[in-house]
Amino acid sequence: MDSLNSLIEGFGTALTPTHLLWAAVGVLLGTAIGVLPGIGPAMALALLLPVTYALDPTAAFIMFASIYYGGMFGGSTTSILLNTPGETAAVVAAIEGHPMARAGRGSQALAAAAIGHFTGGMIGTILLVALAPFVAELAVDIGAADYFAIMVLAFIAVTSVLGSSRIRGFASLLIGLTIGLVGLDRLTGQQRLTFGTLELADGIDVVIVAVGLFAIGEALYVALYLRRGTQEPIPVGRPWLGREDLRRTWKPWLRGPLIGFPFGAVPAGGAEIPTFLSYVTEKRLSKHKDEFGKGAIEGVAGPESTASASASGTISAMLTLGLPTTATTAVMLAAFQTYGIQPGPLLFERESSLVWALIASLFVGLVMLLALNLPLAPLWAKLLRIPRQYLYAGILFFAAVGAYAVSSQPLDLVILLVIGLVGLLMRRFGLPVLPAVLGVILGPSAELQLRRALQISDGSLSGLVNSPFAVTVYVVVGLIVLWPLLRRLLLRRERERTPVA
Amino acid sequence: MNDTTTNTGTGPGLRERLRGRSELGVCVLLFALGLLVLGDVLTMNTDFAQRGPVGPKTVPTVVGIALLVVAVLLAVDVLRGGRGQAEGGEDVDLDRSGDWRTVGLLVGVFLANAALIQPLGFPISGALLFWGSAYALGSRAYDRDPLIAAGLSVVTFFVFDTLLGTPLPGGPLMEVL
Repeated sequence: MDSLNSLIEGFGTALTPTHLLWAAVGVLLGTAIGVLPGIGPAMALALLLPVTYALDPTAAFIMFASIYYGGMFGGSTTSILLNTPGETAAVVAAIEGHPMARAGRGSQALAAAAIGHFTGGMIGTILLVALAPFVAELAVDIGAADYFAIMVLAFIAVTSVLGSSRIRGFASLLIGLTIGLVGLDRLTGQQRLTFGTLELADGIDVVIVAVGLFAIGEALYVALYLRRGTQEPIPVGRPWLGREDLRRTWKPWLRGPLIGFPFGAVPAGGAEIPTFLSYVTEKRLSKHKDEFGKGAIEGVAGPESTASASASGTISAMLTLGLPTTATTAVMLAAFQTYGIQPGPLLFERESSLVWALIASLFVGLVMLLALNLPLAPLWAKLLRIPRQYLYAGILFFAAVGAYAVSSQPLDLVILLVIGLVGLLMRRFGLPVLPAVLGVILGPSAELQLRRALQISDGSLSGLVNSPFAVTVYVVVGLIVLWPLLRRLLLRRERERTPVA
Repeated sequence: MNDTTTNTGTGPGLRERLRGRSELGVCVLLFALGLLVLGDVLTMNTDFAQRGPVGPKTVPTVVGIALLVVAVLLAVDVLRGGRGQAEGGEDVDLDRSGDWRTVGLLVGVFLANAALIQPLGFPISGALLFWGSAYALGSRAYDRDPLIAAGLSVVTFFVFDTLLGTPLPGGPLMEVL
């Protein structure tokens, strides 16, 4: 019960007044950001990256994790009351939640969503606690080749599994890798893509890239297609659930994490697939199938619980493997790097007190979120009335502040704008943003590990596959790459078999 | 791809084929980026810097070549009718045609901030950034917008400069105060 002791120690750190304060700031910001259209948790964390220069790591990560969970809670409020999901995780909530709100059952939908997030987040975080020691054991002798293999897996997974077009995913990844190349080579000091300028020799700060792609890119993209005339959210009372509703929702709440956590933890991450799976499952198991599509409460409770559990799953993958599978965890990884901390198998050993304080504060944050969201949801909904001009002007304003704070260079603002325009074009032409961010964040360390591994093996490529761990990872990579081919073969065999049967 | 194909009249004209394929511009950009990376590799002088079997040229070479390959593959995909799915969002209305004028205005306002932040100081340039952006996005409240912009800018200045200890340029205004 080693991890239980560590967790109790973690609570000791998390429950100090300063850390409680940052958790509170995080859940407030997170909920607001989730409710506000246009800002997702990834953009919020990117805009807040500059504060990492002022805060100690524990406080910063407590705040970041609280924002991530808070965004989930807030996102479903927008989905249910406005029918326009901002976060991908909340898409499914709109299917049943919005009809419920229109039928005057908005408060029940909000309650089912909030308690669903709480249950899913709790169970997901408990699973993270149970999983951590197992991974730490696995990590005893992990080397450069293994790190490189994990990063290859991350690259392949975000380009191939997520998104609709592989080629566009790869294009995005390569844009990111190119940005990551700018600056002095870490091993030799060779200038690359600096064009002889001193300003580029330090490379492009990851804060600039994240803020540019997520904040400037998004704000400019929305400006390009800004919806005229705002939609009115449906007015709603205080969330509550009757006995009949409770009887219908407790099973979906508990089933959600079983689907959400594994999907979040494997590199097929993201919340889209698991929330949709949960929706389909609840529809099949429900006794009120006829209500689905018209506002069935099970269709809110299950997917929302799934969404939060998948968030804990992605946090697990990020902490234990250093493998970000969502944009939000990618930005968290960037934050770890600005502190010089390498998430991954050794994190639990090296930064034990930080990690366990972070995990403990996830529990604390969830309790705060439930207390904030159940009684106050109607208040949060008022945020939807904010004039869009101020919202997006504010995003540009804070992006400029954050980027300038990095090194007080006006040139950084120009680079920020250029990267923002790249982000605009990527959104316009359907290149996913996540692979590019991952390329910038992981690219340089992947190159470093690759060269270290080859240095040890004296240039022989066999040095990359010298451990069972690396081989296993490459087998997974191979399966992901070949999956479309495999699926076609399987389908053909099935088709050949059907006429016989 | 050159103009002679259009004139010889084999198949549909080039212009016809390019209509609605602005995505090909992305391919051109990716290709140009690939050439840029490879060009940088060629001009690197690494004789003295090589340490270990893999030098600083290897990864850029791979990335550069991959960029060229992806640019070509994407072009093939687009010419075959593939389309990148433009991203949706709460405030995004994809039925509208793109409003590039607003984007241009925002870019101008943002660059003005970059140019003015040191001579005028953040409180002034930041306020201009917020007001200008809100104006570009369609806000015309001439009494309220400047007040919000000035308030936000000054409060942000003090939060960053004093509370978080991240210095922002104060400019002449803060020297007077």
